[in-house]
Amino acid sequence: MSGNMAFAIELFGQGVANGLMYSLVALGFVLIYKATDAINFAQGEFVMIAGIVISALASAAYEFPLWLALFAGLIFMVVFNIALERVVLRPLIGRPIVAIIMATIGLAFILRGIGPMVFGAAPRGLKLPIEDFPIIIGPFFFTPIQLLGAGISIIFLVIFGWFFLKTRKGIAMRAVADSHQVSGAMGINVERYFALAWVMAGIVAMLGGVLWGSASGVDTQLALVGLKVFPVVILGGLDSIIGVIVGGIIIGVAEALAAGFIDPYVGGGTKDFTPYVLMIIMLMIRPYGLLGRKLIERI
Amino acid sequence: MYYRESGYYKTDYKSDMSLYPLPISRFAAFSLLVLFFLAAPVVMNEYYLTLLSLVAIATVGALGLNILLGYAGQLSIGHAAFMSVGAYTAANLATKFDLPFLITLPAGGLMAAAIGIVVGVPSLRIKGVYLAIATLAAQFIIEWIINHSPEISGGAQASIEVPRPTLLGEKLESPVELYYFLLIVAVIAVIATQNLIRSRIGRAFVAIRDQDIAAEIIGISVFKYKLYAFAISSFYAGVTGVLYTYYLGIASYEQFQLGVSIDYLAMVIIGGLGSILGSVFGAFFISLLPIAIRLFMESVGSIFVEPDVLAQSISQLRQILFGVLIIVFLIVEPDGLNRLWINIRNYFRVWPFSH
Repeated sequence: MSGNMAFAIELFGQGVANGLMYSLVALGFVLIYKATDAINFAQGEFVMIAGIVISALASAAYEFPLWLALFAGLIFMVVFNIALERVVLRPLIGRPIVAIIMATIGLAFILRGIGPMVFGAAPRGLKLPIEDFPIIIGPFFFTPIQLLGAGISIIFLVIFGWFFLKTRKGIAMRAVADSHQVSGAMGINVERYFALAWVMAGIVAMLGGVLWGSASGVDTQLALVGLKVFPVVILGGLDSIIGVIVGGIIIGVAEALAAGFIDPYVGGGTKDFTPYVLMIIMLMIRPYGLLGRKLIERI
Repeated sequence: MYYRESGYYKTDYKSDMSLYPLPISRFAAFSLLVLFFLAAPVVMNEYYLTLLSLVAIATVGALGLNILLGYAGQLSIGHAAFMSVGAYTAANLATKFDLPFLITLPAGGLMAAAIGIVVGVPSLRIKGVYLAIATLAAQFIIEWIINHSPEISGGAQASIEVPRPTLLGEKLESPVELYYFLLIVAVIAVIATQNLIRSRIGRAFVAIRDQDIAAEIIGISVFKYKLYAFAISSFYAGVTGVLYTYYLGIASYEQFQLGVSIDYLAMVIIGGLGSILGSVFGAFFISLLPIAIRLFMESVGSIFVEPDVLAQSISQLRQILFGVLIIVFLIVEPDGLNRLWINIRNYFRVWPFSH
């Protein structure tokens, strides 16, 4: 029994670390939803394309030093997302939700095609200059990349939480999310804040691409991390930044425990399945999530 | 003057309620039937007939999704999962109980409808984004359940071989026979949808889509009709799954993954939401797009790029073009191909006196 317990604790630690990295990806989604009311089905592909660009630049083909590759990746994501907002999302403002969802799905297809076509489809590694030894904290056992990922996630979640609560731009952004018309009438440049939200999502996706890329290698499979975003944001609440942390940790722990304890009995695959079951349950009880605003309409 | 639209006075209820009230629409429907039933099998070789069969299958599925999304306004990203439910129901019935095709086809549809009702239940409480994500979850959960229960999926490869369909004692084996059968099913689906939409149920769907609270106030049971929408749409999906399974000769969950759901969403959006003709256009467009791209790339692309490079990038190019087309249609022509067709028709309707 104690062996089981130790195993559970071990899985718990892994789950928390992975969950915080999910939070980082989900944060991009929440930022966009919070500011523009748009649902971004391409968040996973943003992460993927950032990972592909950075790893390709850092690889033998281009031989950028790592810091330059990271910087180039950052610039790329910022420029790309500004263009994206301008060309694709802005014409769709005010259209039904299905239009925006389909547009981002179309975007996901484009990114999945362009990434491998420009930089080659072969999987690549993304090596960060950190040691590759396990770190043991109490009963937990982490790889350095997990700790780094969790740390970066927490730092950025705190920064963005502070940004939305305390800064002038953050408050303006929340106003824009509440009502485009009213915030426009109050003198807020709505379109600029839309662009800002997409840029922030791009920056977060770039970080996610670096972390997930160095944790699990870079190819188009990296985009699958985007599928974990939905359970995380539904659990935490679509418009809550703290909810992203909570949801991420819950999903991370749940899938680690499911993979550890249920997989042997059913023959695998529960890792991808459990988050969605949790999400369905949450949708039935509290569709707005643990920490989201209760804006949902009932009929 | 069969093409005139004025001067036809309806003097009894029968002519007022007929499905094609104008001579021009009767003529158009009739000539389309002649084209597809008589001309196509004569003119086309088997390869193109197979493509048309695929279009016929896709038409049924696209109609189903359009009822749900275009008419009732409920977003579903799990359409392919319902297809897989229909497919595996039919495959199991056909292999384990040796039931004939005419029973497994509706059985697959009904089973999918039952599952569709279960998935539709949350639509009472949630809508928009939340419903989209809930149906996405349904897609994964149904896929996982089928994949992980050997009783349903038939063991290791999660695929079941089905016998060739038999109809009235006749085995449908050649592409021509299959084509005729699938075409008949697609035509039935089109006419059934046309009738559904102008019935009480169809109008209730449209009322719910346009304003659910107003619909509730004028006495439409929103919950009941939302479930109807899910059930009917899933029935179509289930039938699509069965047809596809018999068409391929094998039921495999790989044929019904998330990408297929997205293909069907693209069909109804590119074709035109809330339009039956649009569903057919969309089915043609999305089913033939990969083939058109391949032909185009092989003929034009090979001039510019070396063939082996081309072969590598063809699937990626297809994805890119697919995404670009979806986005372009959403931005430039939100009402889809159907709107383009209506514009062309309206131009010629008053031609040459356009003012």
